[in-house]
Amino acid sequence: MPTFATHNRQWGRSWGGGEMQYVANFSMDPLGAGCYCTGLLTRKCKTMVTYNFSHLQQLEAESIHIIREVAASFDKPVMLYSIGKDSSVMLRLAQKAFHPAPIPFPLMHVDTTFKFKEMIAFREHMMNEVGFDLLVWINQDGVERGMNPFTFGSEEHTRVMKTDGLKQALDHYGFDAAYGGARRDEEKSRAKERIYSFRDRFHQWDPKNQRPELWNLYNNRVHKGESIRVFPLSNWTELDIWLYIMQEEIPIVPLYFAAEREVVERDGNLIMVDDDRLPLKPGETPQRRRVRFRTLGCYPLTGAVESEADTLPKIVQEMLLAKTSERQGRVIDSDKSASMEDKKREGYF
Amino acid sequence: MLDSPNTAVPTTEAEVIQYLKRHGAKDMLRFLTAGSVDDGKSTLIGRLLYDSKMIYEDQLAAVIEASSIHGTTDTDFDPALLTDGLKAEREQGITIDVAYRYFSTDKRNFIIADTPGHEQYTRNMATGASTCDLAVILVDARHGVLEQTRRHSFIASLLGIRHLAVCINKMDLVDYSQETYERIRHEYEGFAAKLQGVDLHFIPISALRGDNVVDPSEHMPWYQGGSLLYYLETVPVSTDRNLIDMRFPVQYVLRPDLNYRGYCGTIASGVLRTGDEVVALPSGRRTRVASITTYEGDVAEAFPPMAVTVTVEDEVDVSRGDMLTHVNNRPHVAQDFEAIVVWMNEEPLKLNGSYLIKSTTNLVPAAITDLRYRFDINSLHRLEAKTLQVNEIGRVAISAHRAICFDPYTRNRSTGAFIIIDRSTNATVGAGMILDQGKSARETTPATAEPKSTHIRREVSHVSPAERAGLLKQKAATLWLTGLSGSGKSTIAQALERALFDRGQACFILDGDNIRHGLNRDLGFNASDRTENIRRVSEVASLLNDAGLLVITSFISPYRDDRAKAREIVGPERFIEVFVDTPLETCEQRDPKGLYQKARAGEIAQFTGIDAPYEAPEEAEITLSTATTPAAESAARIIAFMERQHLFPAR
Repeated sequence: MPTFATHNRQWGRSWGGGEMQYVANFSMDPLGAGCYCTGLLTRKCKTMVTYNFSHLQQLEAESIHIIREVAASFDKPVMLYSIGKDSSVMLRLAQKAFHPAPIPFPLMHVDTTFKFKEMIAFREHMMNEVGFDLLVWINQDGVERGMNPFTFGSEEHTRVMKTDGLKQALDHYGFDAAYGGARRDEEKSRAKERIYSFRDRFHQWDPKNQRPELWNLYNNRVHKGESIRVFPLSNWTELDIWLYIMQEEIPIVPLYFAAEREVVERDGNLIMVDDDRLPLKPGETPQRRRVRFRTLGCYPLTGAVESEADTLPKIVQEMLLAKTSERQGRVIDSDKSASMEDKKREGYF
Repeated sequence: MLDSPNTAVPTTEAEVIQYLKRHGAKDMLRFLTAGSVDDGKSTLIGRLLYDSKMIYEDQLAAVIEASSIHGTTDTDFDPALLTDGLKAEREQGITIDVAYRYFSTDKRNFIIADTPGHEQYTRNMATGASTCDLAVILVDARHGVLEQTRRHSFIASLLGIRHLAVCINKMDLVDYSQETYERIRHEYEGFAAKLQGVDLHFIPISALRGDNVVDPSEHMPWYQGGSLLYYLETVPVSTDRNLIDMRFPVQYVLRPDLNYRGYCGTIASGVLRTGDEVVALPSGRRTRVASITTYEGDVAEAFPPMAVTVTVEDEVDVSRGDMLTHVNNRPHVAQDFEAIVVWMNEEPLKLNGSYLIKSTTNLVPAAITDLRYRFDINSLHRLEAKTLQVNEIGRVAISAHRAICFDPYTRNRSTGAFIIIDRSTNATVGAGMILDQGKSARETTPATAEPKSTHIRREVSHVSPAERAGLLKQKAATLWLTGLSGSGKSTIAQALERALFDRGQACFILDGDNIRHGLNRDLGFNASDRTENIRRVSEVASLLNDAGLLVITSFISPYRDDRAKAREIVGPERFIEVFVDTPLETCEQRDPKGLYQKARAGEIAQFTGIDAPYEAPEEAEITLSTATTPAAESAARIIAFMERQHLFPAR
């Protein structure tokens, strides 16, 4: 009986702070029996050759299928690259889908001009490392209006720089398909969103009128001006994402790992002082705390959490504890889910 | 709560990593739950999600903190709260749809396709079922098998779900009565006999109280079959995959530079190995697998559902929509087929309307040419119908504008499924499952596809083949001579015709050059023209055979597939393949028409044996070696063979 380890990718030693190297040796069964036993079906493996495929391998294969399907059947696809952990996984899957060729479509980042500096540095690093075509779109109307989350408010800033910016970019380039890294387990309204999510010429999603989606047969037909948002990670859970990052040693922005960072406490949130554009209110003094980020966005709108999690296992640990307590603590906030649905109807991802 | 050897709490980081790795390496089960709130479906899902997911994640969560969560008391907990989504949707009047939910235990990861169960949601259930391995069917113990139970089971089995977990729910309301359980089980089994190829598993449960959902019930000691979760965790589903019929639909052609050409795709079924001889369909070109590439490196073999990139040894023209299969195990390649269709759009099915069908990686225009019947999905009776309305299911005949590769859905879910798209609205209007096409090759091979116009009907002659055979004193047959240019086909054909005629047999030669002067003057020598050439000749031979004649054909016919199609068109019972096996050097030496010389000089392109392949027959009825045998002797051998076949009386 081959051991568990021989059937999985080699696991590196370090899970820590954003190490950027690829170690992904796929070790096949040395006996050539093609046995993909998962360790739980060990008894069976002794007597017969099985072709088992782990949960994570199945998710990976499904995502690669989707990514290829879009590349093959749309005129002008683009991959939305948000620089976050899900985008990082999606990027790796795109590399895998077209290996040994380069990714045949561009990646696009809609830059709100308030992203963390480390995100932008990471983006540039990845572009050089992986060698993809990168488009960066900044809503110039917003820039001219001096858009920022402080004087215009977070909602207006997000709508103009993120939602409108995305729509502008899609219209400008005439993309007919855009990959996004959303998952169905993120929140309620996503649970019923399709993998191919149809958008009308105004980029709107109509939850009442979605196309049925059967097997792995996706309907790529759109009229001029209409488009499809594609979610190759639909069936991944947050835990799967972290496991995959660990297993594949996928580089992620170091902000996910706990470190001493300069923050101010504001309305109960810890906001990182990422540059001198953050206006300090009276009484606010930046202080160094050991924090990390669970999600990444505009730095003034993204609260840090105090954490000691400076390795991937610790992050996963922390995430699970948070989820457990959330489930114990309260019922799902339905207002929040509803507002997410509204945003999506407007064309937000 | 979960009694498992894996629940020991690791405390070091290394152990945490091991624990997480185990999560990633577990296998996955996708299952469907169909039913209404009244059935207790929400309660059941809530119970599964809550009890199992929470326990699992708590175990994980506890690994570092070591401070485990307090054991949950479920006295004041309503599991249905967790799945309120659908109820809320109904109140808000939003389309009730498929919702996907995710949970894990330390044995398996699960994806639930949660669909509403009323008749008007048949399409949603079909959608959910299409990707599932198992369906949980809920039966209310107080009411027994209802119409909707039958409907859910029928749709599940129709969509190819092999495992049905029949949960007889609300056992607490019938005092956990074994007799009630047995009666319902018996009733269900009676009706399920009509469902093909399903594996039934019955479990008495109370979703609300948690009996036999996650843990075995204390209230039903008479039931020893294990809880629902235990069944979900242990039912073997990887064996449901088809590992026999290798099908590789080409999804994307990778051409990073001129020296590399890779075919990307997902293995739909079967096992593909490096070095395998494969045929590209529908063209029929053969080649061998040079490599199977993944990001992690080349692999020796690939199986479903691996997404890989395949390179082949020869320059064959393969594009998206084509399929690579093993040479001796091929799918149907046809334009016309029959299928069960679930109609999904408010706009009813239009016979001969303009649709697209998507099957594997193929998107082709198609018409629904006939509606054989529709099902009463509650009684399963077949009803006559003029159209299919939304949520109705029926059997149709489909005629695609191009041939596609497919297998019956019951044998292969990946290559037997298709969706129907309205060409003007682009909506997905239907989902189809291709039926076994029966034994008649005439209906299924592209070469013999039914005529394009639906107004054509075959007339049946009032003179039977036996009567003709009696008149002509011979049984009709086609002697198909194949071999290289210059191998001696024409010479043998001439000798054979003379000999047969002299014996008083009615016979006729179809000669390659002659046919190309008339009937086939529009065809060249590229692969597809050669294929069409052979198709037409086969049809003519078939007609002449119908007229009662013995036909001798003399064509290079270099491709095995073309000859196989010819055999099907003519009819295998009257097709005799004669391989005129003359070595290339001999043919080139003879070069009666000076063609080899021209081909060598580059004046003729795609000349068989020089720069186009000749695929020698593997199972010819007769093989002749003309290098050593005179033509007359070869003809005599053929006649002897025909005598043994009792085509005409022996002398």
